[in-house]
Parts: sequence; C-alpha cells; structure tokens
Amino acid sequence: MTIRVEIPHHLRTLARVDGELRIDLEAPATQRTLLDAIERRYPVLQGTIRDHETRRRRAYLRFFACEQDVSHEPADAPLPEAVQTGREPFLIIGAMSGG
Amino acid sequence: MSTVRVLVGTRKGAFVLTSDGKRQSWQVTGPHFGGWEVYHIKGSPVDTNRLYLSQGNAWFGQIMQRSNDGGVTWETVGNKFAYDGVPGTHQWYDGTPHPWEFKRVWHLEPSLTDPDTVYAGVEDAALFRTTDGGQSWHEMRGLREHGSGAHWAPGAGGLCLHTILLDPVNAGRMFIAISAAGAFRSDDGGTTWRPINRGLKSEGIPDADAEVGHCVHRIAMHPSRPHVLFMQKHWDVMRSDDAGESWHEVSGNLPTDFGFPIDVHAHEPDTIYVVPITSDSLHYPPDGRLRVFRSRTGGREWEALTNGLPQQDCYVNVLRDAMAVDSLDSCGIYFGTTGGQVYASADAGDNWTAIVRDLPPVLSVEVQTVPEAGR
Repeated sequence: MTIRVEIPHHLRTLARVDGELRIDLEAPATQRTLLDAIERRYPVLQGTIRDHETRRRRAYLRFFACEQDVSHEPADAPLPEAVQTGREPFLIIGAMSGG
Repeated sequence: MSTVRVLVGTRKGAFVLTSDGKRQSWQVTGPHFGGWEVYHIKGSPVDTNRLYLSQGNAWFGQIMQRSNDGGVTWETVGNKFAYDGVPGTHQWYDGTPHPWEFKRVWHLEPSLTDPDTVYAGVEDAALFRTTDGGQSWHEMRGLREHGSGAHWAPGAGGLCLHTILLDPVNAGRMFIAISAAGAFRSDDGGTTWRPINRGLKSEGIPDADAEVGHCVHRIAMHPSRPHVLFMQKHWDVMRSDDAGESWHEVSGNLPTDFGFPIDVHAHEPDTIYVVPITSDSLHYPPDGRLRVFRSRTGGREWEALTNGLPQQDCYVNVLRDAMAVDSLDSCGIYFGTTGGQVYASADAGDNWTAIVRDLPPVLSVEVQTVPEAGR
C-alpha cells in the first residue's frame, strides 16, 4: 500500500521534496511503521518529528487524519482505513504561531 | 587581495556578507534556511570553505548543516545530541532538581588543526565534539560530571554553554563558559575540567564569590597571549592574567559594566571591545545611544566609539556571540543587533557603517578573512 503524507513547509524544504510524500508500507500500517519508513527514506527528518531517543512526537507537532486528531492514538494501532488505502492523507501539522 | 566573509545568524535564517579587503562594498546572500533560527555559523581556521551551522526551532528541534564551499551550498549532517550516560539533574530556576534535556546548539568551535573536528556548546549545558565533519556528535562528559553540575542553574536565556576557546599555544588547553555556572578550564583536551571563577563576584546568587554559579556572558582571548582572558560577566568586565586562575575587574570608566559580547583586536592583544547595556532589566544601550567602548590598555580605561552609530532613540541589544573581528590590517570590527543591523568598522572601531539594516534579530556574527586562493 502507498500512504500519502503531508508534512510542514520547513520539513519539505529540509527533505528537498515538493508536495505529499508517498510512502510504501506493508499492511497494516501504524504510526510507528509509517514514521520509521519516513525516517528511513528521509534521514534528515530524524529527530524533527520524533525525539531521537524516546521516539515521542515533538511537543509542537500533531498528527491528523480523516478530520480527526490521531496524535494520541497508540503508536502500534493501525492507521485509519482511508489512510491505508491512500484515499486520505496522513497530516503532520506544526502548531500555529506568529513571530 | 583577501576577501572578508561575515557569517550572520538570525532569528529567521542565515546571511553571508562578502566584501573585498577594502570593506566598503558588500554583497549579501541569504536568507539561508529562511524561517529557522540560526544560532551560530563558524568556519574552520584550517579550511575557510568549511563552515558549520546550527539551525533549529521549537517545532522541529535541532538541525546541523555543513558547507564545503564557503556557504554557497549546504549539506545536512547529524543532529543527534545524546548525553553520555544518565545525565541526572541540574538546578531549575526555583532551586529544585531538573533533568538535563538537550534543547539547542548555541556555539560551534571548529578545531584549530582538523576541519572535521568541531566542538559544540549546547543547552542544557554540555560540550559535544564531532571528529567526522558533523555526522556524529559525542558528549565530552567530563565537564558536566566534574562535580558541580548538579548545582548549575539556568540564566534567563537557559542553561547554555555559549563560549568555547581553544588555546593555540598549549595543546589540550581549552576554556568554556556557561550561563549561569561560570568559566571552566581543561588542560587535557576536554577530558577533565575545573571551575576557574576566583575573583568573580555576583549579586543574585546566595554566595557572591562562590566557586560556581556566576552568569558569565562571554570570554575572549588573543591567540598570541592565551593566558590572558577577558570576560564580560552579567555585571562587570573582568580580566585574568593567569589562564583563569584568578580574575580582577577592569570595568573602569565604562558607563555601565553590564553587557554581552567582548572581543579582542586581531593585532593588538590589549585592545578590547565591549558594548555596554543599561542593565539586566533594561536590555538596551544607555540613553538610547549605541556605543562600542574600546580599551587600548587591556581594560580600566575605555573610550566611546560613536562615529556612524545611532546616538539617539536606539534601543537595540547586542547578543554575546554577535561581535567578531577580521584579521586584516587595519583590523575590522563587526557586530549585529537585535534590530537587524550589522555594523562594520574597517579602522578598528573609529568609524562605523551599517552593512545591512533590516535583517531579522541578529543572534551571532563571525568573520572569516579569506585569502585569494581560498575563494
């Protein structure tokens, strides 16, 4: 399966990609397998979404999918079916800010 | 003719300002890494095209960059800064124990002999080193674990290791400074450390002349005389003539002895520069006048340098890593402000002009004097 992933502007610049990421994964895809795959394909993103050591999501980032906040879903829970089938993207969102 | 390259880190990216040796006409490139905080950029003294850069923000954390062509192109290198072992705790603002947590790289100091070796001063205070050009970073834990680490407390800007000085004469000797712990020295290449704060007196800590706990803002040395150190402390400008074994105050006739940067003329070891700031409550120059003060006597006697600097309605600050000198004759002095100006003097501070006026707030300024063959 191919998972569509939207990442923030600064991470696209860092990874030197335009538009969505397309990540091939074996079913069932989870947050952990998806983030592992993203970091394998784009090593410069290591440490920018999850902490290097604890693997916890960085504090100013959230994960959205299918109009739901899935940030606090277990890392090993399957992603929503619409994300797994590629119908909906998995969104990695930075907290809004000024400055 | 040599080229001068000014490396400017700002709240919203990096800028490279380039001029020939006349230092009258400048080319500005950037922003590099637009939108990111760039805390520091510094070039290797043995390969002027090799630059290292600390980039980050609250969202995505620490990123490290390396350039092999003087800042034209950049390569992302390793960003994993893991404390060696279980780091334990330091003091929090309220005096309670607080776990050591890596936040950012404040300062990069490339080796004097090897372009692949760089020291990094980080928050929460620790010293890291790479020997593979930035791909991997390893803590030099002897500093954090020398004995007083559990008592270190952050200044308002965080518990940051912001100054690293490598002694070019005595192999293995290095100095670092931490806000708010003080200055430390190693004589064995960073394996073991001891505090060097005798003579410092600080209001605001329980024991004014304690061995550690002082908010040292910056230390500078002249490479020809590395046993002489100059320090801008939270309050007080200090000098040591014995490699930090003891310090004495040289604030002299400064209008205020609070400030952040301090630097030394490239060719005159007793000519030093500071930028007095009103107070720790008022982080702007006294009377709205931006003045660099120069001492040609290694302290105590200071003269105000004002030609070309705003002398009314100026309320910017100059941060600790935002002043540097070139090595041309005559020596050029450069500093950046929180108002986004980078000022340059090609005549040792007598006259100043703004190279740029409207950058984001300037966090750091470094200068490279690049021989013609190195361009």
